[in-house]
Amino acid sequence: MAIKDLTRDLTKRIASSHIKWSLIIFFVILLFNFIFTPNFFHIEIKNGRFYGSIIDVFNRAAPVMLAAIGMTLVIATGGIDISVGSVMAISGSIAAVLIAKMDVPFWMVLCLPLVFSALLGAWNGLLVSYIGIQPIIATLILLVAGRGIAQLVTDGQIIVFEHPPFEFIAGGSLFGLHFPIIISFGVFLIILFLFKFTALGLFVESVGGNSEASKYCGINAGRIKLVVYIVSALCAGIAGLIAASNIKAADPNTSGDGLELNAILAVVIGGTSLNGGKYFLVGSVIGALIMQSLTTTILTMGVPVQVTLVVNAIVVLVVCLIQSKNFRDILAGIFKLDFRGLLRRMPLKGGNK
Amino acid sequence: MIESTPILQVKSLSKSFPGVKALAGVDLSVWTGEVHALMGENGAGKSTLIKLITGVYRRDQGEIIYNGEKVNFSSPREAQEKGISTVYQEVNLIPTLSVAENIFIGRFPPEGVKINWKSIKKSAEDSLKKLDLCLDVTQPLSSFPIAIQQMIAIARAVDFQAKVLILDEPTSSLDAKEVNLLFSIIRKLRDDGLGIIFVTHFLEQVYEISDKITVLRNGLLVGEFETQSLPRLELVAKMMGKDLEEFENTEKKLDSAVQVNGNRKNGKSFIQIRGFGKKGMIYPFDLEINKGEVLGLAGLLGSGRSEMAKLLFGIERADKGKIYIDKKAVSGSSPKFSIKKGMGFCPEDRKTSGIIEDLTVRENIMLAVQTRQGLFRKIAKKKQDEIVAQYIKALNISTPSPEQKIKNLSGGNQQKVIVARWLASQPRLLILDEPTRGIDVGAKAEIQKLILKLSREGMSILFISSELSEILRCSTRIAVLRDKVKVAEMMNQDIDESAIMQAIAEEDNGN
Ligand SMILES: Nc1ncnc2c1ncn2[C@@H]1O[C@H](COP(=O)(O)OP(=O)(O)OP(=O)(O)O)[C@@H](O)[C@H]1O
Ligand SMILES: [Mg+2]
Repeated sequence: MAIKDLTRDLTKRIASSHIKWSLIIFFVILLFNFIFTPNFFHIEIKNGRFYGSIIDVFNRAAPVMLAAIGMTLVIATGGIDISVGSVMAISGSIAAVLIAKMDVPFWMVLCLPLVFSALLGAWNGLLVSYIGIQPIIATLILLVAGRGIAQLVTDGQIIVFEHPPFEFIAGGSLFGLHFPIIISFGVFLIILFLFKFTALGLFVESVGGNSEASKYCGINAGRIKLVVYIVSALCAGIAGLIAASNIKAADPNTSGDGLELNAILAVVIGGTSLNGGKYFLVGSVIGALIMQSLTTTILTMGVPVQVTLVVNAIVVLVVCLIQSKNFRDILAGIFKLDFRGLLRRMPLKGGNK
Repeated sequence: MIESTPILQVKSLSKSFPGVKALAGVDLSVWTGEVHALMGENGAGKSTLIKLITGVYRRDQGEIIYNGEKVNFSSPREAQEKGISTVYQEVNLIPTLSVAENIFIGRFPPEGVKINWKSIKKSAEDSLKKLDLCLDVTQPLSSFPIAIQQMIAIARAVDFQAKVLILDEPTSSLDAKEVNLLFSIIRKLRDDGLGIIFVTHFLEQVYEISDKITVLRNGLLVGEFETQSLPRLELVAKMMGKDLEEFENTEKKLDSAVQVNGNRKNGKSFIQIRGFGKKGMIYPFDLEINKGEVLGLAGLLGSGRSEMAKLLFGIERADKGKIYIDKKAVSGSSPKFSIKKGMGFCPEDRKTSGIIEDLTVRENIMLAVQTRQGLFRKIAKKKQDEIVAQYIKALNISTPSPEQKIKNLSGGNQQKVIVARWLASQPRLLILDEPTRGIDVGAKAEIQKLILKLSREGMSILFISSELSEILRCSTRIAVLRDKVKVAEMMNQDIDESAIMQAIAEEDNGN
């Protein structure tokens, strides 16, 4: 009984919520794979760990998911952070240098990159909230300069290392799950609860919705923005550690390339408006999963390499169209009109005027 | 020739929004050469009716006949081009554009491709002059207070070659002087043969200007009446759907509350302001507000009432003067700081500095309470629901649920939510800048009663309103501002309306 009620309540809440479209799209992609990709849902256990295409989607989605989580909050305040890719590269590079060139304890290998990422986020936040530079310009500075910083850190080289504890970040597992999955969902839960169980979430939405009115309510918009840019950079920094650990190297030039675009797309697909205001963390996570499952699907379908990007773009376009209420209204309008026209043309109904 | 059909006729119009039946089978007939008042409580459906006529919303059912033809405007712009000129309740001009651009947007004089800015500037100035406004029309709209913006919106609407003029609460933030000006223009347009729809919550204005009244209640048509043959109290009763007696009772209660208020002794001083001022905003002033006192601020449009409030609350930083709270000097000036010190400020412009459109009614009410509690002590959902339910009831906020987005509420109900936000934060000093703007008669009395009750319980209130009667009703003491200078301060017992009028406008008399 209780469970029945609970599921009914849950379905009702999902049906009326903003994330329903992203959920539907995700399931459509999964359904597509269920039909056309053999063994997509096949899961096997090797060495006490789950393997399979679907697990792979979750595993590979981790960096985009992390960046999307931070990005969601930034976008909710009415901003945008296009420097996440560079921050990711910097974080990975610092970790690699610490491992390969310096003899520091392991906890410092983990902490220093993140501390530096947070500082970079604070820099973004300061530029946006206290200097008053447009977010896209403010973070563009770091987008460009960040690659330079990463190259400075590694002296312009790709640094390769071997370090089993660090490799655990991307290669290890916990409870049978790949460690990146644990990390990304861990961060997701922490942020979700941090913003829900304090008033941070409300204040973020309030600042993004109407910053003037928020000021009258005594909300310090500058400080809220500072916090979200720091969170965003921290998330990117964690993604950088995962990436470096994954390839056992730091590549200052290509690591995190295009991450900002994927993250923004994931956020938008998840239902958060670029205008700021209401945000949907769960939606962004699903958005990241949609992006990754799409890529995986296209790869496993054997679509020729030169058209993968086009296919990707088309699907993203469709997803965004479905998300748009205007578009759905237009669609509904077209179908309704035709339906009515059909009725009118039916001889049976001739006498209704 | 006597025309036998109305210029604008609406037949059994219906419109639903998710969870709300906003209009159900409403009729309205507007004839040329008449001023037709559209009356009803907050959320009755007045603005929705107007937006259906001008094509902002699509109707579910019904028909609209304009100038003898069935019409179906697909956009407000089309309606405007066909001769239905509208001033919407929320000023919907573009804040960052200049006044001249706002007046001419969408209809630049067609002189080839090039826009003749000089002639636009000139004719913008001319159309404002009709409303007795002299402004620098090259300034952005947002640099003017809401009342002036409202006047600009009216000037823009009046400027069209229109057959029908629709004014949705055009006078909500205007002073008597501007209202008189507007009315003389309305009369002139009426005599020129326009059909005019006029929405307001001010009963005096309805009786002054309108020929007919259509009353709505809860989305239903109550009826159409000749203004002359509908006594004021009966009109109120029709709007509220209550007995006359019931309304008279609340009025009586309010009056007795006012009596008590007038006779009360003042408590101890709560806040003392010494030589507070800011260049270009307001000249240095002294002010003292006692515990449990309602201090009214009177003055003309632009006399510096709102500026005084903003400075006090720390929206802007004063460059002179000191504030003492409980006899202790306080330093710091930001809204956050002021809230911490126990102040609250309900600003006059609800759209830009009040509501947060995408948040729910609950979240909008809870914001100030939450900032007072602090970031980390989130108020439990259950407690929130309690507080919200309490104020929805107390102020009679009409919303399908506390989880409705505030932008979907009617204008007056949005205002009530903002007032609720600040009442809920239980400040020690509450600054109310035009708190009853756009609020219907019933709820207005409720809010005034609440103000008196709170002050009796020890809250200090600084009360700004352009309605003198309201100030007289609620305040223990009244301070008068003129041209950004505080010119007088008087006890309410000692004076009447004419005395304040004199203080407000002395200079004009002197000339
Ligand atoms: N866009 C919308 N979405 C949902 N509900 C709406 C929307 N617009 C109006 N409503 C609802 O329709 C009803 C009528 O609103 P309307 O704005 O017409 O009232 P009104 O008579 O103009 O009130 P007021 O005097 O406060 O301006 C209200 O209950 C309101 O909540
Ligand atoms: Mg209205």
